[in-house]
Amino acid sequence: MQVHRYDTVIVGAGGGGMRAALEAGRRSRTAVLTKLYPTRSHTGAAQGGMCAALANVEEDNWEWHTFDTIKGGDYLVDQDAAEVMCREAVDAVLDLEKMGLPFNRTPEGRIDQRRFGGHTRDHGKAPVRRSCYAADRTGHMILQTLFQQCVKHGIEFYNEFYVLDLLLHEGATAGVVAYELATGEIHVFQAKSVVFASGGFGKVFKVTSNAHTLTGDGLGIVLRRGLPLEDMEFFQFHPTGIWKMGILLTEGARGEGGILRNKDGERFMERYAPTIKDLAPRDLVARAIYTEIRQGRGCGPDGDHVYLDLTHLPPEQLDAKLPDITEFARTYLGIEPYTDPIPIQPTAHYAMGGIPTNVNAEVLRNNTDVVPGLYAAGEVACVSVHGANRLGTNSLLDINVFGRRAGIAASTYSSAKTTWVDLPDAPTAAVEELLGRLRDGSGSENAAAIRREMQETMDVNASVFRTETTLKQAATDLVGLKARYQDVGVSDRGRRYNTELLEAVELGFLLDLAEVLVVSALARNESRGGHSREDYPNRDDVNFMRHTMAYRSGPAIAASPDAEITLEYKPVVTTRYQPMERKY
Amino acid sequence: MDTAAVSDQAVTTLKIRRYDPERDSEPHWERYEVPYEASDRLLDALHYVKWNIDGSLAFRRSCAHGVCGSDAMRINGANKLSCKVLVRDLGPEISIEPIKGLPVEKDLIVDMDPFFDAVKAVKPYLMTDDHEPTRERLQSAADRERFDDTTKCILCAACTTSCPVFWNDGEYFGPAAIVNAHRFIFDSRDSGAEERLEILNEKEGVWRCRTTFNCTDACPRGIEVTKAIQEVKRALIFRRF
Repeated sequence: MQVHRYDTVIVGAGGGGMRAALEAGRRSRTAVLTKLYPTRSHTGAAQGGMCAALANVEEDNWEWHTFDTIKGGDYLVDQDAAEVMCREAVDAVLDLEKMGLPFNRTPEGRIDQRRFGGHTRDHGKAPVRRSCYAADRTGHMILQTLFQQCVKHGIEFYNEFYVLDLLLHEGATAGVVAYELATGEIHVFQAKSVVFASGGFGKVFKVTSNAHTLTGDGLGIVLRRGLPLEDMEFFQFHPTGIWKMGILLTEGARGEGGILRNKDGERFMERYAPTIKDLAPRDLVARAIYTEIRQGRGCGPDGDHVYLDLTHLPPEQLDAKLPDITEFARTYLGIEPYTDPIPIQPTAHYAMGGIPTNVNAEVLRNNTDVVPGLYAAGEVACVSVHGANRLGTNSLLDINVFGRRAGIAASTYSSAKTTWVDLPDAPTAAVEELLGRLRDGSGSENAAAIRREMQETMDVNASVFRTETTLKQAATDLVGLKARYQDVGVSDRGRRYNTELLEAVELGFLLDLAEVLVVSALARNESRGGHSREDYPNRDDVNFMRHTMAYRSGPAIAASPDAEITLEYKPVVTTRYQPMERKY
Repeated sequence: MDTAAVSDQAVTTLKIRRYDPERDSEPHWERYEVPYEASDRLLDALHYVKWNIDGSLAFRRSCAHGVCGSDAMRINGANKLSCKVLVRDLGPEISIEPIKGLPVEKDLIVDMDPFFDAVKAVKPYLMTDDHEPTRERLQSAADRERFDDTTKCILCAACTTSCPVFWNDGEYFGPAAIVNAHRFIFDSRDSGAEERLEILNEKEGVWRCRTTFNCTDACPRGIEVTKAIQEVKRALIFRRF
């Protein structure tokens, strides 16, 4: 065991983690731990853009952006947080430009902007051009630009260090425990403050836009340490994933004029969102697609998908604005998007819920109190700026605004603090127990098989449409899978790059998080944003305009069948927008 | 999708170069029979091996659709991302090796540090010496287009590890580092071109390039790597000679 000491430790090196690192690195001795290399992070897969009311191409202001974010989130958004995000959006984009991000430009040389789902002029009157973009590679450019700046400023990275535990002592942050993939060694990082920026958990589902590595590790760690997770039932399904594969095709395709069509060639979104049609928010479009499919208007021999039609757009426009996604269609489907429509289906995309924080990215241990020294930002966190459904582009915005805020807050805290919190006794015991049981045990269950079964039940029973019956089925299946997980065996007993062991550990986190999602969803007897209960089709503001706070009790053992999830609720912060019916 | 061409029972053989320094004295080949569907990527076939036949097979991967750059490997003798080629396009037996020229850590995993060190050495970040404007720096669409190609780099190392000069001379910066220098040298907002050109003018710099075009062929992002290197060479001559 090696022990390291830093003022600030950041877990995760995607956009949120590196944006935090740029702030923390100049104020405190900072280390960034990632289970990948920084440039492999999934921020790089984001495509369409980052919204900010720059008003470079038409009238816009951040208050309209705030309203759209709140309405898009079906009024479960904490409105004070949305105001912070949308107000700071303008500087967040300008900061990136000054760091060198190669945005597309207007004829005047300013940052160009385009339309995106749910972003409107003057409170819903018409789509507005708000998304700042670099072709369909905006996330790639953000990730590269932040990495470049980290190189410039000498940020210290520990690559392929997999954080597996959070160390708390008398309720305060003491550090983290990490497993070094190259050697199998365990490291303790003592830190005055810790920022989790480790991303989402889309791999609980089978058809997903998420990377294989998005296994919710940060969420799972804090959950096992008895801290709450907020609004976990709200998971976004992006309408346009490549059929069966789930690979993301940006909403920017519709922002550029792309149209969704059913098997009759009908532009069906006109029936679901007469004003903004194909640019309605994602939850609404995903439901519309499945409604078309269920009513027999899906495409293909099994009628199980619809089309994204770009064929009416000039090839030059596709080449200039959507080069990557058109290439994906060619590479993975053998389809030429100039002439043929692309088969798509909704794909599990983004967790609205996560580790609860306030607007300074401080992690909450209940509805009001913070964990001293602990911060979270990005998809792993729930501020909550996305409420029940995130608007497109607001995730790239979230990581920049709240990544920055987390970096400032964490390093201000750690530089003001003269001493470290003592490490708890036997700080690596839990990690050693977990790894030892998997690596050295004689279990006979195959982790990949359990993961596949978990993903299948989650896709069938807990995705776009849910009922009490389907969710109970998922819950029952998860009980069985958690029991089997206790007997998982790993054939590779080596220390060096034991990625089989890594995957088994990741599965433990996924099982815990799938359970939290299902338990939270079962209790929410209403339909709101990304949580659509067919047995409760309406939004219920009287009983459910509140955040879910899920706590885990029982043994802190991975996917333990003896652990229990209990739910509490937290009020939504409302400033100036009263809930209205959500029409587009 | 052309599913008719491949039946449900299609099977291929993966011939994978395995090496675990904890167990093996030297690398060896192993063969695995893998069933596949028409839409399966080579990465799916590797996962089939790992999840059903031998869990100890080690490789890096993340996004699985060609944007994170984790899974460059030598596939039938050419560098590609395993998530960006379909099994059905690779023939009945597919040979898979780690990318060449970097130390092998285990199976298909190599030590990436020398690669990233070379990229970092060319100062791959915007350098400016003017006053920062309140709003964004202006840049014409044409100036933005000038360096578009090299902004696509995902640092997968497919180009650098396909370069015969890099194989034989570990000191050479390699194509990826030059691509990342190019991305800033030709950015109208940047003022660090001279500094970077000076670095690339050193003996391990651009003049080592023999214009074999392996790098351009290998790039999974379609960057015209050799052209970018030639443009850097020309910039050196034009500005300095």
